[in-house]
Amino acid sequence: MSLTKDDVRKIAFLARIRVPDERLEPLAGELNNIVGWVEQLGEVNTDGVAPMTSVVETETPMREDVVTDGGVQDKVLANAPDGEGAFYGVPKVVE
Amino acid sequence: MSDLRDWTIATASDAMEKGEVSSVELTDAFIAAMEAGRTLNAFITETPELARERAAASDERRKNGDARGPMDGIPIGMKDLFCTEGVKTTAASHILDNFVPTYESTVSGNLRDAGAVMLGKTNLDEFAMGSANITSYFGSVKNPWTPEGANANLVPGGSSGGSVAAVSGGLAIAATGTDTGGSIRQPASFTGLVGMKPTYGRCSRWGTVAFASSLDQAGPLTRTVEDAAIMLQAMASHDPKDSTSLPMVLPDCRAACTRDAKGLRVGIPKEYTLDGMPEEIQKLWNQGAQWFKEMGAEIVEVSLPHTKYALPTYYIVAPAEASSNLARYDGVRYGFRKDGASLDEMYELTRGEGFGAEVQRRVLIGTYVLSAGYYDAYYVKAQQVRTLIAEDFKKIFADVDVLLTPTAPSAAFAEGDKMDDPIAMYLNDVFTVPASLAGLPAISVPGGVDKDGLPLGLQLITGVCQEETLFRAASALEMAAGFEARP
Repeated sequence: MSLTKDDVRKIAFLARIRVPDERLEPLAGELNNIVGWVEQLGEVNTDGVAPMTSVVETETPMREDVVTDGGVQDKVLANAPDGEGAFYGVPKVVE
Repeated sequence: MSDLRDWTIATASDAMEKGEVSSVELTDAFIAAMEAGRTLNAFITETPELARERAAASDERRKNGDARGPMDGIPIGMKDLFCTEGVKTTAASHILDNFVPTYESTVSGNLRDAGAVMLGKTNLDEFAMGSANITSYFGSVKNPWTPEGANANLVPGGSSGGSVAAVSGGLAIAATGTDTGGSIRQPASFTGLVGMKPTYGRCSRWGTVAFASSLDQAGPLTRTVEDAAIMLQAMASHDPKDSTSLPMVLPDCRAACTRDAKGLRVGIPKEYTLDGMPEEIQKLWNQGAQWFKEMGAEIVEVSLPHTKYALPTYYIVAPAEASSNLARYDGVRYGFRKDGASLDEMYELTRGEGFGAEVQRRVLIGTYVLSAGYYDAYYVKAQQVRTLIAEDFKKIFADVDVLLTPTAPSAAFAEGDKMDDPIAMYLNDVFTVPASLAGLPAISVPGGVDKDGLPLGLQLITGVCQEETLFRAASALEMAAGFEARP
């Protein structure tokens, strides 16, 4: 399995990263090297092996279903690049 | 004040307790060193006013008999991955270069509450992705060590490169690090320091900028094993705000440092012998085993058959988790934004400009291995192999107490080396990644120097939550090695 320039363009859009056209080809090469290298995992027999979900065996903690935080609108909005009043500003999304 | 590199947490805390020095005096000396040592590029943000304020408060507490323990008044560096309230936190990325958190991470908060004095935020690889501290948006970090008879700039290792440069260069007594695949232990090895990664879940991840959540663990970077125990004790806690935080108390690791190695069963995993590994590293490793033998420990050759698959497994799991964690940087709620005509264009431009090359590479790999049609072949497969790697360790720790390995396959290398080939760079972590995948505690202890006079570390690994045994073995190794070299 080898990644093409078009594959990279598609992945880059999925990741919402703008990659200039002239970078697509070299990036395909770099990614193919890495993907080709990790494909050696194919030689490991994993039949019936459960995928790891937690490195330390512990129970999932439970807590009371109560509000413990909130009412800090100023703090939440403090770092917004385009804060408008009590909102985050974004480019128009509805026509 | 004498050579600042003479201070350890233990000696400084004793000296303050006896009234021989105040935290303000110590802090002022380290602030001056930090300013004089700017060529190392160890700090992204210096916080001298905050440090003086905290030092004065510490002296006041001590005067009133309210000192909070051995970390009280100790000047430290804080890796710029821990969110600090009111102090810029960048993760060494353009995308966060204006981010000022309105909250404090649990780990940095624990240290603050223990009285530690933060000197500033230390440099790192962007989002902790790297093994040489060359991917920081704020420039690369210089290793205070230089090869004998040569005039080369060496990398400090990564990703906690600023933290180790600060401590080994005498700009801080100790510093925090985070370790996802070796980011505490490998730089410690490159700079002659002790670097310790606890069992996954000992230190809360809350408020720490996330890279790969199932692997990220905070830990101390210090001059001595005892200091690592003292600092870990202050950093670790059970935190309900991190659901993977371990609901158990860390045992007394400092006390464990006074016990000897007699009767310990030390495993030597044969798979950690690499083709082309420098002879000096093999020699130091053998020497380490010999030291343990002479101290009355028993040396056992063991096998961890899936070791060679650890690195490729890591380079599926870590990028997958990173691609998902880094989705939050969208230019809307915080951080850098690049405007675009549509929402998608704004996202793409923001992330295309805000993330550096290595971060983009890993996010793309992660996006690919998680995408429809490839998820089972890559991600599920890697998590299965991860189970096998963890089982290898589990079996071995039924028989031995601790494993001894080299920390890294080389000493610090020159800036510019291994830059063309990402995989050559990834190989730096070949000995540290397996313990990360299995969530095990591990420590790098300086063992000796190579032919160029550069430090080399030895790594010890124990089973889950066996930090006491780890510190016991590490103290014994430290004493046997008697490492005293300095940059």
